[in-house]
Amino acid sequence: MAIAVGSRSRFSRNLRAWGGAGLFMLPALALYAVFVLFPIVQAARFSLFDWNGLKALDHFVGPANFGRAQADPVFLGAVGHNLFIVVMSLAIQIPFALGLALLLNRNFRGRAILRLIFFAPYVIAEVITAIVWSLILQPNGLADHFLTTFGLEGAYSPWLADRGTVLIALFFIITWKYFGFHMILLLAGLQNIPREVEDAAAIDGASRWQAIRYVTLPLLGPTLRVSVFLSIIGSIQLFDLVWVTTRGGPVNASNTMAVYMFDRGFVRFQFGFGSAVAVILFLLCFVLALAYQRWVMRRDLEGATTYG
Amino acid sequence: MAEPIRRVAGTFLRGAVLLAVAAVVVIPIGYAVLGGFRDAPQLAADPVGLPDPWVWTNYTESLASPSFWTQLRNSALVAGISTVIVVLFAALAAFVLARRQFPGRELAYTVFTLGLLFPATVAILPLLILVRDLGLLDNPLGLALPEAAFGLPLTIIILRPFFKSIPKELEDAAAIDGCGSLGFFVRILLPLSRPALVTVAVLAIVASWNQFLLPLVMLSDPDNWTLPLGVTNFSTQYTTDTARILAYTTLALIPALAFYVVAERQLVGGLTAGSVKG
Repeated sequence: MAIAVGSRSRFSRNLRAWGGAGLFMLPALALYAVFVLFPIVQAARFSLFDWNGLKALDHFVGPANFGRAQADPVFLGAVGHNLFIVVMSLAIQIPFALGLALLLNRNFRGRAILRLIFFAPYVIAEVITAIVWSLILQPNGLADHFLTTFGLEGAYSPWLADRGTVLIALFFIITWKYFGFHMILLLAGLQNIPREVEDAAAIDGASRWQAIRYVTLPLLGPTLRVSVFLSIIGSIQLFDLVWVTTRGGPVNASNTMAVYMFDRGFVRFQFGFGSAVAVILFLLCFVLALAYQRWVMRRDLEGATTYG
Repeated sequence: MAEPIRRVAGTFLRGAVLLAVAAVVVIPIGYAVLGGFRDAPQLAADPVGLPDPWVWTNYTESLASPSFWTQLRNSALVAGISTVIVVLFAALAAFVLARRQFPGRELAYTVFTLGLLFPATVAILPLLILVRDLGLLDNPLGLALPEAAFGLPLTIIILRPFFKSIPKELEDAAAIDGCGSLGFFVRILLPLSRPALVTVAVLAIVASWNQFLLPLVMLSDPDNWTLPLGVTNFSTQYTTDTARILAYTTLALIPALAFYVVAERQLVGGLTAGSVKG
């Protein structure tokens, strides 16, 4: 009896708590459900059909679209290009941003203005970045002119129009636009590390490099991992920049998964197949995020739940 | 003797590296701005030189074209609507996620944070179908609603800890004075959270202003185009007239850069709070 009464009143208390909270959450939940969750479920449904987006959705083909994607060398190439950007970002862009953050993490005149400049490309639209850089990289453009000035005439290339150099050129543009973002994140992380810790290392006889390697970097770990994670997710989703500069060309040499999806879905009206590609993209991000949270970020999360 | 020399050399090297990077960042922007004051033959003859003579027509013609102003207005309208929606809705949700106990709270929060992984790119095909079925193609709401929805995760993640940090005593005092949940939210929580609200608003404006894929898919009538669409179209329309493209691009760039200079602190503060802490 007593238990029944207790659980009943707890249930009604829960109900009241839900009611109150629900009213406040309703607008956000509804918007999120309609424009984020529902389309993702829809993509999964569409991916099982052969559909052009206009006629009735009645030609069920099962997992055939996935088989087709997995057998298409153009799609596999696109996956490879995304992977190339991911690897280059982790190997070059993040260390570069880290180096700059370390250089900026001390007081000197002009620091604020440098920070302002380095971060500026982040607010410039990818579309505008893409247009200005394609003009700079066009044959006999600004880039080639600089190479001549430095005596590197031999390094000429049609950059964005050459299969061999297009990915490198795109990576360079991506780095130009995003290194400042990672630098700002890492700089904020560095500023959270108490000065005393590094001073203590110096007193114990550590050189500047040793202090960075054995004290600063481990303490910067959580921020570095967030930076790496955002970089991977961003590289996998890459679209605007590629679409405006090359549309995935020349001859698919700079296709990314998102460009491939857009082209199949909106240019060739293969909505079912395009949705299958979207689902693959989605699953890839999801698995990656779960794996990353589980293996790499677990320590940070444990710290977060223990201390607040 | 060696130590001071090394220190001077180190300072010099650091300065040289920082200046070189700053140059690489600034030169493309300067090239666009100055290139707009030249003409195609000047640019072809020497990509580096200063305008000689200064050509004003690229800028004046772009500024005189009604389509530029239409696109500017459309961009501002969409950014305004989506920012108001995302900040208001996210603040309401973050309020109870931060300050109320109810079963399933953490689950709801997790579902929102998962959205951080999926920009509109992944859902763009079904989004088009959805917006079409809602009759919102070629309508500012067809852009603003999805933009606001995809902006919810980051906004909630930034607002929740801020709302949490406001002392419980304040809420108790308000309750004694007869203030209900909604009264506390409107009269005390929101005014006290102004810095955080400004930050998330700045992030939302920048995200919407630069959005390309959604307008590319949802808009067909040039009268509804936003700036990113207009600029891309302009650049394909005048492929050979580099100077003209640079002028138009520069004009599209100025509002974003001006906004950045004014709101840099909020932008940086928001991004670092969102990622460094959680």
